[in-house]
Amino acid sequence: MNLFKIFAEIEQVDADAVNKLAYYSRRQLLSGATARLAKLTTGAAVATFGTVMNQAFGQTSSATDVLNFALTLEYLENDYYQRALKATGLIPASDLAIFTQIAQHEAAHVALLKSVLGTSAVALPTFKYQADTFTNYQTFLAFAQAFEDTGVRAYKGQAGFLKQTDTLTVALQIHSVEARHASEVRRLRGLKGWISGSAETPAAAYAGETNMTQAGIDLRSLIPASISDVAIQEAFDEPLDKAAVLAIAGPYIA
Amino acid sequence: MNTITSNPATRRVFLRYAGATALSATVLLEACKNNDSTTPVPAVATVDLGSGDIGILNYAYALEQLEAAFYTKVVASPFSGMTAAETAILTDLRDHEIIHREFLKKALGAAAIPALTVKFDSINFSDRASVLNTAKTFEDLGIAAYNGAGKLISDVNYLLVAGKIVSVEARHAAAIRDLLSPKTASFAGNDVVSVDKGLDGAMTPTQVLPLVQPFVANTITGANLPK
Repeated sequence: MNLFKIFAEIEQVDADAVNKLAYYSRRQLLSGATARLAKLTTGAAVATFGTVMNQAFGQTSSATDVLNFALTLEYLENDYYQRALKATGLIPASDLAIFTQIAQHEAAHVALLKSVLGTSAVALPTFKYQADTFTNYQTFLAFAQAFEDTGVRAYKGQAGFLKQTDTLTVALQIHSVEARHASEVRRLRGLKGWISGSAETPAAAYAGETNMTQAGIDLRSLIPASISDVAIQEAFDEPLDKAAVLAIAGPYIA
Repeated sequence: MNTITSNPATRRVFLRYAGATALSATVLLEACKNNDSTTPVPAVATVDLGSGDIGILNYAYALEQLEAAFYTKVVASPFSGMTAAETAILTDLRDHEIIHREFLKKALGAAAIPALTVKFDSINFSDRASVLNTAKTFEDLGIAAYNGAGKLISDVNYLLVAGKIVSVEARHAAAIRDLLSPKTASFAGNDVVSVDKGLDGAMTPTQVLPLVQPFVANTITGANLPK
């Protein structure tokens, strides 16, 4: 996890990020010393960082903020699949139709979001990936799954900021396409198409997915015992807020 | 029947009673006869989804009732040659839809519409293609319905829950489509995701309800839903 990169990314997404962060930082976390960010590598510190991010960004995202956040994720996914399709021998012929389709959607999402944002669109970042990502198909699939499932969670986490707008509809229409992708990639890996149980990895991408309470209703006490806990967890996909998503995606943004 | 339906309070009580008795046609007919024996009576009650967020939740509840009833029957009477992998997927889908249905019913409380009477005579449950194509239709329609209803929801908590459900429906749709056309682009096919923008469907209740109606014996009205 590279906090400098995440910080830079958030600055890019929100021009006022420095001021917002500095305000909370001074009081709770950083004592104004940016350099100390680099030392925050323990779980507790990361959690604190996330809390600060939520306070700084949690309730005030404009539609432009949301769309630029979405565009950043779509840039990443698009770059990822374009590279994969160009990597000789990576994707077996039997699976090529699947990834050609996914890549086409991600490219379309980038173009759509850029056209909506116009001059407000964030610039294309440079991405970096684990060394064997485009030579080892299983590695490629594992990251594809993480990116797709995280994308689903990220869009969901932003929905409230777009309440009762046509932009929400577009975001939802992208969101369900990402979920279709996620299902297909997961099933290529021999997994269920739906996020299932507590053993999903990487853990950060699936934090909170074992939730069994929805809108204040304890589903375990509501649902017949013949239906498993895991089914209850599978039946609802959970959101991630922007800070959590950037913490997951950050290592891939150079 | 006219007497009952013209009085909202009586009608609500009537509908709830009908729901509590699993819409026994006999009970309904008897109830109707007692009130008006001269006009023809429908076998099942008309259902008004209501207005505002409650109306949208009832709309979702109606869709989930339909899906849950469908997969319950699919699992209870498997089509010939159903593989273990297909059984596992369809059983998961049954459970997920039952969970969605029960959650929405609980969230709606006294405002919930009654249990609907489903009508599946167009589906051949012993035939794989009939069952899976119906599943595809229901899942794709569910996605488009939730996507289109999102902006009609005013409470962010309900909006979030709708978002939590719709992506699971999309996961279902992809899996069902992959069973029908393995290892192709069909899981997110050009027939349902726009080629130029990469967008899934989004339909209004006015567009969705006529497509749902053939599978439900009750007449469903969404006339009071937000637009």
